[in-house]
Amino acid sequence: MFNPQLNAEGKLKHLLSIEGLPKSILNEILNTAESFVGIAEREVKKVPLLRGKTVCNIFFENSTRTRTTFEIAAKRLSADVLNLNVSTSSQSKGESILDTVNNLIAMHADMFVVRHYQSGAAHLIAQHVPDSISVINAGDGRHSHPTQGLLDVFTIRKFKPDMHNLRVAIVGDVLHSRVARSEIHALTTLGVPEVRVIAPKTLLPTNIEKLGVQVFHDMKAGLKDVDVVMMLRLQNERMNGAMLPSSQEYFKTYGLTQEKLDLAKSDAIVMHPGPMNRGVEIDSAVADGTQSVILPQVTYGIAVRMAVMAILASGGQA
Amino acid sequence: MKLPDPEILIQEITQQIKPLISPNTALVGIYSGGVWVLERILNTLNTDIAYGKLDAAMYRDDYSKRGLKSKNQPSWIPFDVNDKEIILIDDIFYTGRTTRAAMNELFDYGRPASIKLAVLINRGGAQLPIAPQITGAHILLKSHQSFQLSQDTQGKLHLSLENSSTPHDYEESPHV
Repeated sequence: MFNPQLNAEGKLKHLLSIEGLPKSILNEILNTAESFVGIAEREVKKVPLLRGKTVCNIFFENSTRTRTTFEIAAKRLSADVLNLNVSTSSQSKGESILDTVNNLIAMHADMFVVRHYQSGAAHLIAQHVPDSISVINAGDGRHSHPTQGLLDVFTIRKFKPDMHNLRVAIVGDVLHSRVARSEIHALTTLGVPEVRVIAPKTLLPTNIEKLGVQVFHDMKAGLKDVDVVMMLRLQNERMNGAMLPSSQEYFKTYGLTQEKLDLAKSDAIVMHPGPMNRGVEIDSAVADGTQSVILPQVTYGIAVRMAVMAILASGGQA
Repeated sequence: MKLPDPEILIQEITQQIKPLISPNTALVGIYSGGVWVLERILNTLNTDIAYGKLDAAMYRDDYSKRGLKSKNQPSWIPFDVNDKEIILIDDIFYTGRTTRAAMNELFDYGRPASIKLAVLINRGGAQLPIAPQITGAHILLKSHQSFQLSQDTQGKLHLSLENSSTPHDYEESPHV
């Protein structure tokens, strides 16, 4: 089957989604990321891997954290970085996606990091660009956010190295979450035996069980004895109509408090992709508590994004 | 060709390194072969000398052709590089490109007082003005030949000679 992410030799050419990537490539990315973790602690926080290359962050949808971590990752690889906030620029003047991309190709960019509010935008651009350019999906619609999924499994692996012996719960707005989809694909591909999703029926896509997860509607049952709790942001900006009674009501039922977290294993870790709605999906005391690894996720995110860019820049060789 | 025993070569370069060691010296092995050699030297020296390990792949000039070849062996330099007298350790010296990459990486940790290079074998063929100061043996090879150092499950090192159909101009990292 044709996989637009791989080249003829089966090496990584674009990173568009975790779905469809073999376990070997996921492990290559995670192992390569290990080499990049220490760079931030050195006197010179830079390696020359992408010297002379231009990485273009094209954001059709706002995102401060993802854009800045991609930017700092590219800069630590010595690339030149161009940030394009298309939501505030030419698209508002009527330019099409591919026209925007064509202009950047004409400027000899080497790598595109693309975020778009529509699913499939990064695929469209990957099919359009010449062979010399690699595309990284930084989040498209409700579809996929592969580097977030990778940094999440990297963080889990750091704190819970035995992936084959884990119980992981993903909690919250799964319906609108590209992060949840990427996490589920990454966890199941890497052999995590039990992945649970916990959410109200209105925030779950139909047939989610087909991805190999167990569905819970009750937090207390779902969190019982898990090793990892991955919270999702309640995506207010994607909500149309009355999916929830109120955010207070949501917090009462699905918000992560210490009391609910105590149902998980005593050494369970708590994750959140950010930005957090404190007091809506997560209590401040938990977000800042000893079991929280939310800030290490950000730090590891840079190493994982450096690894992806480094692998793409060498024609998919890890 | 009769190949030398790498264990004897290690003893040979350890004897040459000993008189160079001062309180300010640090030994740095280059992955993979150089780290194996470093570990042997450390066992023999039996002192608490500073040491570290480098994976110079991110600094290589042929990175875009060969990739990182990462085996989850991050560089590890636990001491302050500034003003240290560093002895870099590698298994085979060929073009000098690995040494250049390793030196570039070291300078991103700080400014050493000096750097010397110790290798088990200099096989000839330097392409840069770089040469080892400490050498276990000189054995000239043709460009299509290469030495491979390997470590068995008991930790013993073995040397083999490989012939390839095409000449290559970079040092292959040894395979475990």
